[in-house]
Amino acid sequence: MQIAVIDLGIGNLRSVEQALNAVAPNSNVLVTSDAETIDQADRVVMPGQGAVGTWFNALSERGLEQAVRNSLDSKPMLGICVGMQALFDHCEEDGGVDGLELFAGEVRHFSNFHQQGATASRLKIPQMGWNQVSQRQDHALWQGIDDQSHFYFVHSFCANLKLNAEQDCVYGEADYGHPFIAAVGRDNVFAVQFHPEKSHNDGLQLLKNFTQWNGE
Amino acid sequence: MPLAKRIIPCLDVDNGRVVKGVNFVGIRDAGDPVEVAKRYNQQGADEITFLDITATSDRRDTLLHVVEEVAREVFIPLTVGGGVRELQDVHNLLNAGADKISVNSTAVFKPEFIREASSHFGSQCIVVAIDAKQTQWLEKGDSHDRWEIFTHGGRKATGIDAVEWAIKMADFGAGEILLTSMDGDGTKAGYDLKLTKAVSDATLIPVIASGGVGNLEHLVEGVKLGGADAVLAASIFHFGEYTVQQAKQAMRDAGVEIRL
Repeated sequence: MQIAVIDLGIGNLRSVEQALNAVAPNSNVLVTSDAETIDQADRVVMPGQGAVGTWFNALSERGLEQAVRNSLDSKPMLGICVGMQALFDHCEEDGGVDGLELFAGEVRHFSNFHQQGATASRLKIPQMGWNQVSQRQDHALWQGIDDQSHFYFVHSFCANLKLNAEQDCVYGEADYGHPFIAAVGRDNVFAVQFHPEKSHNDGLQLLKNFTQWNGE
Repeated sequence: MPLAKRIIPCLDVDNGRVVKGVNFVGIRDAGDPVEVAKRYNQQGADEITFLDITATSDRRDTLLHVVEEVAREVFIPLTVGGGVRELQDVHNLLNAGADKISVNSTAVFKPEFIREASSHFGSQCIVVAIDAKQTQWLEKGDSHDRWEIFTHGGRKATGIDAVEWAIKMADFGAGEILLTSMDGDGTKAGYDLKLTKAVSDATLIPVIASGGVGNLEHLVEGVKLGGADAVLAASIFHFGEYTVQQAKQAMRDAGVEIRL
């Protein structure tokens, strides 16, 4: 089995690679920015960190947008952090960036929410640390992971659905002064705001589940 | 939902071995860093910090291959420091598998380095380590508690006020402060809670309390009285007095939000 990890030259993907190697020692993990390799892989992991605008620029500079869209249509795909945020309609970061529009939602800076909440006055941005995830629905990727388990988050922007949008794509929520989407999915796509590759046993379990998931 | 408070075992590494000094001198061997890190990972540590304690003094590069080996088997955040002087050092350590880089002396000599490093790699991966010692500050003629920061593994005084320094470093883009009380370090008498509280109150970035832990109650105090977001300890874990799991249970029993 080949697992492509999309490399946009932003940040270090070694942790993701090594974690996948640890949970699926017989698979072939390819950290790649080659469209053909992504098209031919059995599964695709789309990580990301930093600014979403930079991420999209790197995606287009490498000519990988079509390969990502092909994967989103066809095989088990896991988005991580900015790789999750990119799947929403729109992100307000970098003056406003259009996303891949798989999910009808908006990615906004935590400060938008914190200003309104009295309890949040001392919440630090970025959220950096272990937060609990409420599992909203069963999913193959939650298998063997308790509801309310802690996962490791590092981010300043968070995703929420548009008002009146269908809730059925939300698989996990967390709260940091305001509820936000921690896990989202549809068909063959699952994406998480946290870093499973840094989330100890529960994170490794999620990655292992992904390597065994047929996308249904 | 507040974030879980973190328990961070710290591996002081010298010549590829984990060591632990008392008041920054008096070294006692505590094992192979890869094995020690794996043990803490299995015990449920929230993060591991890895400091090459002689790197600055001896101008040696941090042991990248040890970081690589640890990162291959430990899937929690890993902070690495010691001898970080240039952006290339940060880059190399991140590539070796570190998630955050701790900078101490270089920040003092070249504060702009923190601005550059955080804008280049992101605040989330730049930790400023502060080694502080309580001082009279007689020349300033006031009676407030004050702490002076030291560099080079605690050997060189700087004349810089620790609280003011923490504020400046946060302003320059540091994502976190690793605050070590040199008075407490290795004494097992507990964190300097006044220092921890002063820095926690003065900054909006997470503060890791360090230096002086002798028992599990000290960890609880660091969070509850010191206001720390994370507590770091070395010798109570290295020599088997307590496991990380026991420490977490003690924190949970004391009502601290913790990941068990």
